Amino acid sequence: MFKLFEPNKIFKITSRAPRYVLFLFVVVLTVGLVEALVISPEDYKQSDAVRIMYVHVPAAWISLGIFSSMTLLSICGFVFKNKNFFLISKSLAPSGFVFNIIALVTGSIWGKPTWGTWWAWDARITSMLILALFYAMYLIVWRIYDKEEKVYKISTFITILGIINVPIIKYSVDWWNTLHQPASINILSKSSIHSSMLYPLLIMTAAFALFSLLIFLMKYNTELIKIKNKGLDRL
Amino acid sequence: MINELLFMNGYAAYVLSAFSFTLFSFLGLYLVTKMQFVKEQKKFVAKFGSLTSEQANSAKSQRINKEILSSATNN
Repeated sequence: MFKLFEPNKIFKITSRAPRYVLFLFVVVLTVGLVEALVISPEDYKQSDAVRIMYVHVPAAWISLGIFSSMTLLSICGFVFKNKNFFLISKSLAPSGFVFNIIALVTGSIWGKPTWGTWWAWDARITSMLILALFYAMYLIVWRIYDKEEKVYKISTFITILGIINVPIIKYSVDWWNTLHQPASINILSKSSIHSSMLYPLLIMTAAFALFSLLIFLMKYNTELIKIKNKGLDRL
Repeated sequence: MINELLFMNGYAAYVLSAFSFTLFSFLGLYLVTKMQFVKEQKKFVAKFGSLTSEQANSAKSQRINKEILSSATNN
């Protein structure tokens, strides 16, 4: 089955896909921005400051999702002895890291009008900061080591250690007294957020997901060309 | 309505700076990734150009190499 997804076979698709993904991203983002900044109502308590949620929450969700995917891919790379998994994981990391930073910075900006402070060592903020450090370590490992086998081992180790932090981020608001409110959106039960705020949030999440797909495809293609460049040197 | 959007009940500085930071981060990441891609593509084309005809034919037997060359000429 993995042969179907071999880089040599899918490059034709991955090299053409970015332009369509970019177009779709711009369309969805435009709709999302209009919904988030103009159409969606203000909150009865937070007033217009609540609009920061439309960039903060999707960024946090996607950075968590990407890190979880990277861990799964790295483990699969080891189990199935397939380098392509590591390549996909490596290509996902930059967008995951940037989304993590966006979540931290926009969270800090949101904190000032709602909590009266730019930063607090609250359980969720701290665990998100730790996740950013894991992302940074992962990216640094790929930069500083040349030997593939060593990079695979160390980067997988980092993702496995880092994934322990993901449920901590998710449940920190339930386990400890934090400044963050408990989750408003539940997949299994009824969400406490009104649809007039839920839809813009989902549209912005879709836009962010498309952006991470775009960056992933561009990065993956770059990595494939890098490998082929090395191949040409050996001819 | 424009005033409402620009003032946002006094929260505009926070809201617009959060959105601006996000969009500039997107733009920055996109440009950096694009630059890296173009750089590798150019390197590939240059290396391919320096191959002997025999080496070039051997390299062209791999479909992905042809795809990289054609995508480089399209960009």
